Amino acid sequence: MATSPFWTHLDWEVRPAEPGWLRRIHIDVPLLLGLLVLCGFGLVMLYSAGDQDIATVKRQLVRLGIAFGFMLAIAQVPPASLRRWSLGIYGAGVLMLIAVLVIGEIGKGAQRWLDLGVVRFQPSELLKLAVPMTVAWLLSRRPLPPSLLSILLAMTLTLIPVVLIAKQPDLGTSLLVASAGILVLFIAGLSWRMIIGLAAAAAALAPLLWMGMHDYQRARVMTFLNPESDPLGTGYHIIQSQIAIGSGGISGKGWLNGTQSHLEFLPERHTDFIFAVIGEELGFTGIVALLGLYLFIIVRGLMIAARAESNYDRLLAGGLTLVFFVYLFVNTGMVTGLLPVVGVPLPLISYGGTSMVTLMAGFGILMAIETHRRKK
Amino acid sequence: MLEDSLEDRRREQRLVTVRAIVAAGFVLLGLGLILIRLAHLQVEMHEHFSVLSQDNRVKIQPVPPTRGLIYDAKGLLLAENHPSFSLELTIEKIDDLEATIAELAKLIPITEKDRARFARLKRQRMRFQAVPIRLNLTAAEVARFAVDGYRFPGVDVHAELIRTYPKAALTAHVLGYVGRINERELASIDKGNYAGTNFIGKGGVEKAHEDLLHGRVGYQQVEVNARGRILRTLESTPPEPGQDLYLYLDVAVQQAATEALGDRRGAVVAIDPRNGGVLALVSQPSFDPNLFVEGISQTDYDALLYSPDKPLYNRAVRGQYPPGSTVKPFIALGGLATGTINSRKGIYCPGYFSLPGQSHRFRCWRRGGHGTVNMRQAIVQSCDVYFYSLANQMGIEKLHDFMATFGFGARTGVDISGELPGLLPSREWKERVRKQPWYPGETLIVGIGQGSFLATPIQLAAATAAAANRGHFIQPRLGYASRVPGAPTAHKLPMVSRTLDVGNASYWDTIVEDMAQVVEGARGTAKRIRSKDYRIAGKTGTAQVFSVGQKETYNAATTPERMRDHALFVAFAPVEDPRIAVAVIVENGGHGGSTAAPVARRVIDAHLGGAQLSQDGEDPHGN
Repeated sequence: MATSPFWTHLDWEVRPAEPGWLRRIHIDVPLLLGLLVLCGFGLVMLYSAGDQDIATVKRQLVRLGIAFGFMLAIAQVPPASLRRWSLGIYGAGVLMLIAVLVIGEIGKGAQRWLDLGVVRFQPSELLKLAVPMTVAWLLSRRPLPPSLLSILLAMTLTLIPVVLIAKQPDLGTSLLVASAGILVLFIAGLSWRMIIGLAAAAAALAPLLWMGMHDYQRARVMTFLNPESDPLGTGYHIIQSQIAIGSGGISGKGWLNGTQSHLEFLPERHTDFIFAVIGEELGFTGIVALLGLYLFIIVRGLMIAARAESNYDRLLAGGLTLVFFVYLFVNTGMVTGLLPVVGVPLPLISYGGTSMVTLMAGFGILMAIETHRRKK
Repeated sequence: MLEDSLEDRRREQRLVTVRAIVAAGFVLLGLGLILIRLAHLQVEMHEHFSVLSQDNRVKIQPVPPTRGLIYDAKGLLLAENHPSFSLELTIEKIDDLEATIAELAKLIPITEKDRARFARLKRQRMRFQAVPIRLNLTAAEVARFAVDGYRFPGVDVHAELIRTYPKAALTAHVLGYVGRINERELASIDKGNYAGTNFIGKGGVEKAHEDLLHGRVGYQQVEVNARGRILRTLESTPPEPGQDLYLYLDVAVQQAATEALGDRRGAVVAIDPRNGGVLALVSQPSFDPNLFVEGISQTDYDALLYSPDKPLYNRAVRGQYPPGSTVKPFIALGGLATGTINSRKGIYCPGYFSLPGQSHRFRCWRRGGHGTVNMRQAIVQSCDVYFYSLANQMGIEKLHDFMATFGFGARTGVDISGELPGLLPSREWKERVRKQPWYPGETLIVGIGQGSFLATPIQLAAATAAAANRGHFIQPRLGYASRVPGAPTAHKLPMVSRTLDVGNASYWDTIVEDMAQVVEGARGTAKRIRSKDYRIAGKTGTAQVFSVGQKETYNAATTPERMRDHALFVAFAPVEDPRIAVAVIVENGGHGGSTAAPVARRVIDAHLGGAQLSQDGEDPHGN
């Protein structure tokens, strides 16, 4: 009894949820504040990275508005309902992925969009939510930790969309979807022995993955290993973004004063490489502040997961939060030259709409999980 | 049962909580990794990346100077800079060269000739140096490209000043020309000073005065974006433009000399003895230097290169001919200066000369002989036997040393590139180069300016000018003065001169009068060019192209044209106050008196005749 770790003595359910009107409309205040500050910061940086074009910022603001609306709407849905719909959403998503592939086959070339007449829609985005939902649903049906059968089933459910998305080809998204499934498994208490085994299996499968890659994907990996080998091609991104970040120093060159970005040496500066603009203009200090903000959001997400009501809620909240971190890590790792160039945006800051709506929907789910708890 | 289930739920919740905390640990680990990486880039390597970022942003661009202009003595423009637009390709910036050119051709006509020139220049270029595909774009073509140019990254319209020579062939051998810098020249020039300059002097005055005409490069620091577009200039050092060059050359005299030579191959060099200034320097035939500026086409070049008349060959400074009898006055002077002979002593000419104890007959040009001749008669009638005898008495050492003081056998140092030294034979030279001993007979041949003795027209003109000057030898030169554009005063180029010592100044008068009698005397070999206006002093000469055998007779009519003798003539005028000294050679022209002398007379007339019209305009420079 005396040997058990300290956290076993903490009773997470003792603390009652604070009452309040925001809570009644299913808003988690700390999370909302964190997201608002982050998105505001993102808009300010986008103004600089997007060549001080106010129209770019306005378009992003509209997207943010839609995404926040989406988040609030989803926050109203009780988690129990989400749980019931999980498999259905998943099935619909996989069917749409197949449809995209078939249409792409006919149209020749990469195809990620599904035109539904009213809106154009990227089914792979849906799967970013559907996969953790389904895996959480599957694992929560049996006591945790999951049995081998459950693990295998969860893996299969994850791999089907991952393969379909990788065939589009969209390596970045398929990686995120795969990590979503695996992270839910991790939260569910996948044994360490299994984790090591899976890592070993992944290492063994790497050559197979390499063979299945497209030429441009291989080139990116090669360039990541040695950026100077192709300074005018793919290596150019990595070299220029490191120059941007490095030349920013501790205090940065000042907002709107980044030469790498404003003189167009930095490619994709307002989308995937916006982190380099922040590094150049605000320096190490600005980056630390930004990462602190992300950390706050992630910690809040993990707290929601830990004190959630049901296993489904816990697994889903944990999975979604960790996917958010994976986004952040892959993007910052790529921009700083730690990871190969994979098309993953900096969450909630990079210019662009699709991933933002998905991310905010995820936060909506987190809020739902937090605020639909039965009060004690 | 309920207890168990509750216990299970608590265990499950604890498991998830533990995992959430472990996950938070991983998150911290991941963020830590990113932070370490950032600290490495932004703190540790900050200096390094700052430099790289600055290098990215700031480019130092050379600003080439404008090449100096060249004027003749009367202020006539001989070399100018004409604005021209060309279409240039930077090959390193173009993905598909063939496709780009094909697409460009739809916009702006590109001929096969253009492609051929492009292919040639492409091989010679430096990395990232733009190569022109079309030259001399019209205003309409420039406008068309301005509209559609954005579709062609790496293709630019380049405005530059193109050197043009308004007098074309007339001044080609004097000025030379400029052309694109080739790789060999690149190795020898100050690359910094030529950054941004495409052209360099390739011959003549353009090459000899390259430093002066080129100027000094300027620089500007510019901020560029990733596509190399200049956004603003941060700092600039303006270039020092090349200096304008004023020549002694008088286009009117040059024109007269060219016309006097006509279609014949040959050279004329006219010098003002008072300052060594070259008034005219003609080598016929000539060529159009403007063809070379933008890179001459292979066909045009072959036509010039393989023409039997060798138009590219500058006979005035590179043509090495046996000077023949034109050197006789100098050799006579040598006889006086060395005390070998006095001018009154007579020598008998039977029509040939033999060395004591030898049967070989060195023939006089006049088969019947001149009888007994003194120095004046020997010069006026160009008696060979007199000079065989004189040379024999002087010996090759004295002969060589004395002739060397007149500049024979060495480059005059005239400011035209590519000058050759000629050849003044000596015992030492023959043993060193030919590995043979010197034979006494060779001394005799040198005494009449034949054999291995070779001189260039510029050497003959400089030596004649020195005789006209009574011993003041001035290095011939074209450049008179240079002026920084816009500066109020010109800067005179230095004069290099020396005084020849012949022991007694009266010897000069003796020789000058002897030469005057060549033209003025009743039996003078050049009496036909006598002038009413002023006295002319001169000396005819004939240079053998091939040797006539001991028993043969040279007959101009039966000898093929290219085997006929070269006709030479040196002269100066007026005798009392010489203002022009001329050397003329007409290749395969026969006798100096009949062919070369009239050319000299026209050149002298052009210079002095013009001088007589206006009272003090005789010297364009007022000295």
